[in-house]
Amino acid sequence: MAQSLFEKVWNAHAVRQLGNGQTQLLIGTHLIHEVTSPQAFGMLRDRGLAVKYPERTFATVDHIVPTNEMTEPYSDALAQGMIEELRKNCADNKIKFFDTNTGQQGIVHIVGPEQGITQPGTTIACGDSHTSTHGAFGAIAFGIGTSQVRDVLATQTIALNRLKVRRINVNGKLRPGVYSKDVILHIIRLLGTKGGTGFAYEYGGSTFDNMTMEERMTVCNMSIEGGARAGYVNPDATTFEYLKGRPYSPQGAAWDEAVERWKSMASDPDCEYDDVVEINAAEIEPTVTWGITPGQGVGINENIPAADEGETQSERDSIAEALEHMQFAGGSPVKGKKIDVAFLGSCTNGRLSDLKEVAQYIQGRKVADGVQAIVVPGSQVVSQIAVELGLDKIYKDAGFEWRGAGCSMCLAMNPDKLIGDQLCASSSNRNFKGRQGSPTGRTMLMSPLMVAAAAITGEVCDAREVFGVGAAVTV
Amino acid sequence: MPSEPIKQVAGTGVYVPGDDIDTDRIIPARFMKCITFDGLGEYLFYDVRKTEQGEDKPHNLNDPRFQGASIIISGSNFGCGSSREHAPQSIMRAGFKAVIAGSFAEIFYGNSTNLGVVCVTATDADRKVLADAVEMNPQLEITIDVNDHKIWFGDQYITCDMRPGARSSLLKGTYDPLDELLEGAEQVNETAAKLPYMSA
Ligand code: SF4
Repeated sequence: MAQSLFEKVWNAHAVRQLGNGQTQLLIGTHLIHEVTSPQAFGMLRDRGLAVKYPERTFATVDHIVPTNEMTEPYSDALAQGMIEELRKNCADNKIKFFDTNTGQQGIVHIVGPEQGITQPGTTIACGDSHTSTHGAFGAIAFGIGTSQVRDVLATQTIALNRLKVRRINVNGKLRPGVYSKDVILHIIRLLGTKGGTGFAYEYGGSTFDNMTMEERMTVCNMSIEGGARAGYVNPDATTFEYLKGRPYSPQGAAWDEAVERWKSMASDPDCEYDDVVEINAAEIEPTVTWGITPGQGVGINENIPAADEGETQSERDSIAEALEHMQFAGGSPVKGKKIDVAFLGSCTNGRLSDLKEVAQYIQGRKVADGVQAIVVPGSQVVSQIAVELGLDKIYKDAGFEWRGAGCSMCLAMNPDKLIGDQLCASSSNRNFKGRQGSPTGRTMLMSPLMVAAAAITGEVCDAREVFGVGAAVTV
Repeated sequence: MPSEPIKQVAGTGVYVPGDDIDTDRIIPARFMKCITFDGLGEYLFYDVRKTEQGEDKPHNLNDPRFQGASIIISGSNFGCGSSREHAPQSIMRAGFKAVIAGSFAEIFYGNSTNLGVVCVTATDADRKVLADAVEMNPQLEITIDVNDHKIWFGDQYITCDMRPGARSSLLKGTYDPLDELLEGAEQVNETAAKLPYMSA
């Protein structure tokens, strides 16, 4: 019978059924970082258990590393304590750690793919919700909690309910100045932040066929923002091309075998899905969030909704709450909102292609007065290549701060934080209240080029107009 | 080490209004710089409860009438966002045993159940009846019957739902799955041996 990739991977990794009806699922690759693993190692020690497959676990440090302070001890003693704890846990358990002195450290969801650890047809787990990123390679990748990190360390398995699969077809060519970030913001706007609950999203169609791996990762990254625990793209020639020759990719004869196996894991053309959604790529606009959930987004030429536009009382309440937090008037244009901070980075958009794309437009431009703009490469590898290409200089000349690799201003666990009610144009993935470190701070999510356009004009604007991308469309 | 079965949760309630209560709101990231979960209870809903100056905001969670509550009543998509187990840990360590919501985000639901924090869903209309009753009488005893899918308060009840796996593991006391997972070790090895990338 025809099967989807999800079914094939699930069946190959299902160990047995548990007493409560859940599946004991084998986790092929386990990624860990400093925030959600120390308690898990502690629980293991309490129970006298060993790590079952240390060679299938890989560690990096990302959330707490200061991106403007390269030497230890860090000025934040708690951060220093966390990195040391991870270092010790990895050493004690013989786990590979991409430490800050390896040249390979970075955000866990950037390190896995760039090292070739993330591979098609596998199961991947990490104590981080954006583990869905790895689905771009045709892996089934889950974010898990710390008790489950413990479970994976001790047994290489977790207890899980099987997911349903929703196929999301996007067909056609994206218009100039429209990016994969806009595709996923558009999908979440359409299907809602809880639309994906209980589902894995399978992304396909010609738009995805034509995307690079980095673009696919941006989309899969935010699956969780749509409520879907996993999101994936079927592996194809683009996937294999990306993986070839990476440090942890199979080599020689093993490579050819692996490619054959990976191809066979892709969804069969006539398989059945629990749900199918069709989207026309040409309809997608550069999309910007105006509220406090990633589903509260509009096209750059649209207005922010007014509270009375909500269909249900709870929707009206949500809009009102978001407008109050964001200090925006319902019905006002999203364009023209004055920003204080521009953040280019994160596991959504901190990859080399993001930094390259923006750099070609900002050459010779200057960040607006009064705006703090920071660019944070997602990993040391990204940073090093970017520097070799001279991108750091382009950014610095334009008035951006060029930082070390880490999560930075995506969340409030390191010195990069919003202050007071600053408004931030951000290439990251979450605009929750307080997400960027100040309880009253305000975040608007958008593509990297839209962040750059906002940095340069000092306000949310249409990057296509600012940079003359394609023929700017006015609606 | 099977845990105590959880057939019922009883206590008073507190209403935390709003949909999409994300885990950053339940426990802001800046309080996650820790290597144990001890003490997280103190920071539950910190920015919802406190101003930037650290003073109490007017909120049910600060209202003396609802002190000692052990059941949270909230909106839809509760626990969305980050996978941090710090969220249900802080809920549990602040003395809460259950959350009644319109719906839950997936990872939060699993994390909570593993800890024995009972998560049940009820309709908007039913949760409103319950929240209004709690507002009228903060000392109202609420009993969630896990087996029966009912939430009793005073002489009325509303029906509630939970995921089948969660219900059975709470009733059997197997909600922490580690022991059962460990028992499958041999089958795990067999499954791994069939996967070229794991056995290589
Ligand atoms: S960049 Fe942001 S979303 Fe990604 S792992 Fe770091 S904190 Fe999480």
